[in-house]
Amino acid sequence: MNKKLIKPGNYFMNGNFACAEAALIAGMNFYAGYPITPSSEIMERLSYRLPQVGGHFIEMEDEIASMAAIVGASNAGAKAMTATSGPGFSLMQENIGLAVITETPVVIVDEMRGGPSTGLPTRVGQGDVMQAMWGTHGDHEAIAYAPSSVQEMFDLTIKAFNTAEKYRNPVIVLTDQVIGHMSERLLVKNYEEYEVIEREIRKFPDPIGKVHDFSIDYVPMVIAGKGFHYNIDSLTHDEMGYPSNDPKIEEMMVRHLVEKIRKNEDNIVEYKEYLTDDAEVLIIAYGITARSSIEAIRKLREKGIRAGMLRPITLWPIPKRKIERLSEKIHIIFVPEINFGQYSHAIREHTKVPVKEIHFPPGAVPDPKIIIRNIEGDAT
Amino acid sequence: MIEEAIHPKDIYLRSDRFPHIWCPGCGLGIVLKSYVDAISKLDIPLDHHVLVSGIGCTARLPGYANVDSYHTTHGRAIPFATGLKIVNPELQVTVISGDGDLFNIGGNHIIHAARRNMDILVVCVNNFNYGMTGGQHGATTPEGARTSTTPYGNIEHSFNLPYIMASLGASYVARWTSLHVRQLTKSIMKAMKMKGFSFIEVISPCPPNFGKYNKFNDGLSQMEFFYENSVLDNNADLSEAYIDFSGKRPLIVGEFVQRIRPSYIELERDLIKRAMEEP
Repeated sequence: MNKKLIKPGNYFMNGNFACAEAALIAGMNFYAGYPITPSSEIMERLSYRLPQVGGHFIEMEDEIASMAAIVGASNAGAKAMTATSGPGFSLMQENIGLAVITETPVVIVDEMRGGPSTGLPTRVGQGDVMQAMWGTHGDHEAIAYAPSSVQEMFDLTIKAFNTAEKYRNPVIVLTDQVIGHMSERLLVKNYEEYEVIEREIRKFPDPIGKVHDFSIDYVPMVIAGKGFHYNIDSLTHDEMGYPSNDPKIEEMMVRHLVEKIRKNEDNIVEYKEYLTDDAEVLIIAYGITARSSIEAIRKLREKGIRAGMLRPITLWPIPKRKIERLSEKIHIIFVPEINFGQYSHAIREHTKVPVKEIHFPPGAVPDPKIIIRNIEGDAT
Repeated sequence: MIEEAIHPKDIYLRSDRFPHIWCPGCGLGIVLKSYVDAISKLDIPLDHHVLVSGIGCTARLPGYANVDSYHTTHGRAIPFATGLKIVNPELQVTVISGDGDLFNIGGNHIIHAARRNMDILVVCVNNFNYGMTGGQHGATTPEGARTSTTPYGNIEHSFNLPYIMASLGASYVARWTSLHVRQLTKSIMKAMKMKGFSFIEVISPCPPNFGKYNKFNDGLSQMEFFYENSVLDNNADLSEAYIDFSGKRPLIVGEFVQRIRPSYIELERDLIKRAMEEP
């Protein structure tokens, strides 16, 4: 391990710096980005830290260029990353699709702020949840981690790189302004305790004889300059990488892109449960809202309401089997979000119990009292 | 028994991809020939050549060359190429794309790549309109020209590509037409040997679209226009090098800029060295 990585130990650190340091432990060696509140500290930190470990940092002319550059860098063999917030995330969507169709591993950190449009740059929001899933056009599956602490920002950033490499897919760290800017305790473990998945790069001469293989989930990646002379295409393409107008080819390609994630959903999905064993009322919350929810649950239990929480760590894929199982024993689900109802729609697809939305307008950390009031009004 | 003849240039082409998709009279076949000639004559290993393109007729060219090729999103070939080159400077990264892709939707990226003196070669095939979508006007369409979206004549001022590129500090800037096959080949060879950002504009006919609307009934008639109006002037005042098809002003071609200034890759590698040596 590089001696210029952050030393193991206890730190008091903000989420953005934790994210940057974790990316270096994951082996990230190419960052392209464009300044945007509240994620800018990630790129500031990396402009200083990446060259120290021999990595590449470039500040691009916009988020479209940043996203295209990391897809290019990954195709040259780098572990590549960018970070942004809502408006920049919107600009990145087309080239997230490029990473999907070319099966290029990259990591995108999106720190949600209030929207729409320029919205509330310095204040928290959770309005990009559906965009993380459906922002780029066409059929695909998304993988998005939602950290709810500085510690998770660190741990899930490393995991995001591993998952990106494992499934050759873009992976999103979908966090929010509070997690990015908040400072709290961070424990950095000894390096050998972190799992870091290195990319399997295909060796020349090619044992496979084609750039893609739609029949298997993972085929080692071809990178530039090794002698393959393959075509990598943003158009619908066959296994040779050649463009095709044939709907049968489109079906084979898209089915592969979707199935490689769907089939492995149980391996990707992560969540945490809080007092769900005896719960009658379930809160499903993520990111900073999950922390407000814990306080709400504590107070509700003092009042005799048996509330518990499911906190999806992967917002996408959604922990649907867990939601289905929990639905068998609870009466009602509450979904507090810093938006006017997004993740709640996805939850309804996997439960028969009523799903009540608790809307928090972007701008502040959700007040547990409002969660309590909503639950008391409906659950009793 | 007669063996199947293999053309000596076949190793540089994906011959199984032919026939190509381009229209009769289009200049893109000539650009592909010049690229293939150039890489066959240079001492850069074939495995190190990478072609990157955006979207459009020109952007399909990398799909016919037998090198690592990336057909990316509309306008974004240059930032994609930037990522490839920074990670592996050993690669000879060439972007071949159209005027609409590089200067309209991708205009922001090309000016910044030139400003950074990023070590890539950009070949812009300029046919003055969006060919693949049916001949709409763009930032390179000459004033007064008719296209499928300027039925009353184009009222907008057009880009003068070599002038823009030279002003931004590109290391190498040239312009040819698809008639200047040998000059174009030599130009590509020279540009690939330059450090920093190189730019070559290739003026090309688009018979079914721009040609049809502007009194060039076929590719040949536009090539004749190039023949009659092209003037070689390496020292041209680039502010005067804009293009119209009135026939009243010369179509200036040549190698306008060749200069040595520190390239992005040189400066970035030096920065990393300094940062790594810090205690």
